[in-house]
Amino acid sequence: MSAMPTPSTPPNLRRWQGWLLGALLVLLPWCPHAVAAPAAADRPLEMTQLAPGVHVQQGAQEAWQPSNAGNVSNLAFVVGSRCVAVIDSGGSPEVGRRLRAAIERATPLPVCFVIATHAHPDHMLGHAAFLGPATTFVAHARYAAALGGRERAYRNAVLRDFRVALQGEDIVYPTLAVERELEIDLGGRRLQLRAWPTAHTDNDLTVWDPQTRTLFLGDLLFVGHIPVLDGRLTGWLSTMAELRRLDAALAVPGHGSPSRDWPGVMAPQQAYLEALQRDTRAAIRDKLSIAQAVEQQALPPGQSWLLADLFHRRNVTAAYAELEWEE
Amino acid sequence: MNISRRSATVALLSLVGAGAVRAQLKTGEDPEASEIWQKVRQSLFQTRPISTAADAVIVLEVPPRAEDAAVVPLAIRTRFAQSTSRYIDKLYLIIDNNPSPVSAIFQFTPGSGRADIETRVRIDEYTHVRAIAELNDGSLFMTTRWVKASGGCSAPPGKDAQAALATLGRMRFRIERDAVGSEPVLAQLMISHPNNSGLAMDQMSRQYAPAHFVRKINISYGGQPLMSADIDFSISENPNLRFYFTPHGQGELKAEVVDSRDLRFESAIEYRPPR
Repeated sequence: MSAMPTPSTPPNLRRWQGWLLGALLVLLPWCPHAVAAPAAADRPLEMTQLAPGVHVQQGAQEAWQPSNAGNVSNLAFVVGSRCVAVIDSGGSPEVGRRLRAAIERATPLPVCFVIATHAHPDHMLGHAAFLGPATTFVAHARYAAALGGRERAYRNAVLRDFRVALQGEDIVYPTLAVERELEIDLGGRRLQLRAWPTAHTDNDLTVWDPQTRTLFLGDLLFVGHIPVLDGRLTGWLSTMAELRRLDAALAVPGHGSPSRDWPGVMAPQQAYLEALQRDTRAAIRDKLSIAQAVEQQALPPGQSWLLADLFHRRNVTAAYAELEWEE
Repeated sequence: MNISRRSATVALLSLVGAGAVRAQLKTGEDPEASEIWQKVRQSLFQTRPISTAADAVIVLEVPPRAEDAAVVPLAIRTRFAQSTSRYIDKLYLIIDNNPSPVSAIFQFTPGSGRADIETRVRIDEYTHVRAIAELNDGSLFMTTRWVKASGGCSAPPGKDAQAALATLGRMRFRIERDAVGSEPVLAQLMISHPNNSGLAMDQMSRQYAPAHFVRKINISYGGQPLMSADIDFSISENPNLRFYFTPHGQGELKAEVVDSRDLRFESAIEYRPPR
């Protein structure tokens, strides 16, 4: 990609305040707690600088729900000499605003790129906080189609579970699509983006910072939090086989603790997904129906995962629907 | 019942706009009070009585919570064997809060042996799910289950739109269990098809891609109709049916599938009774 023009527009404060007021008006009839929300929304997220210019927030290892304001995924920003790249924006517009506040506290440089690792709502509902003429929104080439198919469901889920009516601009579509690989320039620092075949989802994107050898994996890596399958199990396993060849000094998962043990940190996820594949194939071979497989297939022995109650049965469902087509 | 399935679907699609209000539904109190159900009832059954004392006729098996909004396993089990004097003629599957609530209408024959059906559906809202049996004497029996939506990052579309299209129309058709005497035999039909709703907007063109889904499945055995299904995009990607038939000697089991673009697919297997 050619060098971007130097962004000169400061954060568009007026628009942002207008949005806040709008959000407040929308929230008031729904939610009695919303009165206190604007002040809290400004509170910068707690970020940790894990490598020079690499700032990471670890989200709560919980379900995406109102009690955590949807702040359940890991978010990051990387600072160059010219501007900042955001990697995932959080699970609600409020988390996005708090991420923006954290960036403004850390650096006067503008945000020029907002990168989405995939189109799940806990990773991208904060995008709107960064809307502006100087910001390029980057995602996998299949992201727009995936989000287009799910937008209605996500809006309904936010209304139902968070009692917030998302505004039109709260769902932000990419302005730059990555077919295979793309390099972006933050000034003295280039990030390498790579689009993967269907794995966790059909639109997984990783970010590599060669300067610090940091690998941002999005939900291609879960640590502690049970891996969630919304793509192809076999694709995920082969993607992991390629990822492990990278010489990463720091791996940032989509959920759970960042790690300097690469590829060792991937081992529990590998064991879980391999067992899921093996056990589901056995269930299909034994002619269990999908409902029976979901009912009977326990967590692999010796494994314990956060949020297994919420996602293991779902993983068996998705794995069965995929693997029953194998020869 | 001679209401056209398609016109019912079209009429019901106009209800979709109520989504914002419906999205707040969290409890399953009083299935009869469901406004959508009242409209579906009027359109499909008019004022005919529908008994909710259905335990001796059908059981609906569906998880209390949709683990994966795109693939929710569902079974309708019948409580008596099909016979020429008394049999289940049709099973209606209604998912009140889906964009198109009338999700499937299955038609059976006495030769089905058992009018059981297993499939997978899409559910992304808290909703009543109903199975209604219509017997050959015209009587109607309904059983209803309340299903909670999944949270978070689960949504009704399939996992891999490109892959689903690449294998469009591929089928797997097989006998799941060997026959025991003249007991009904379980068969499974798998159809590779994106079965999409057309509710996804293409962000470049700002147009909705037209819906593309399987709408009709006809199964015959030895040249005679065995069962059929009128379905739509409430059925999951890669539609899957498990159903029964009563074996009566060697004969071809044949599945004919027609989708919403009038594409036709066929698959057949030769049934041979075990020696």
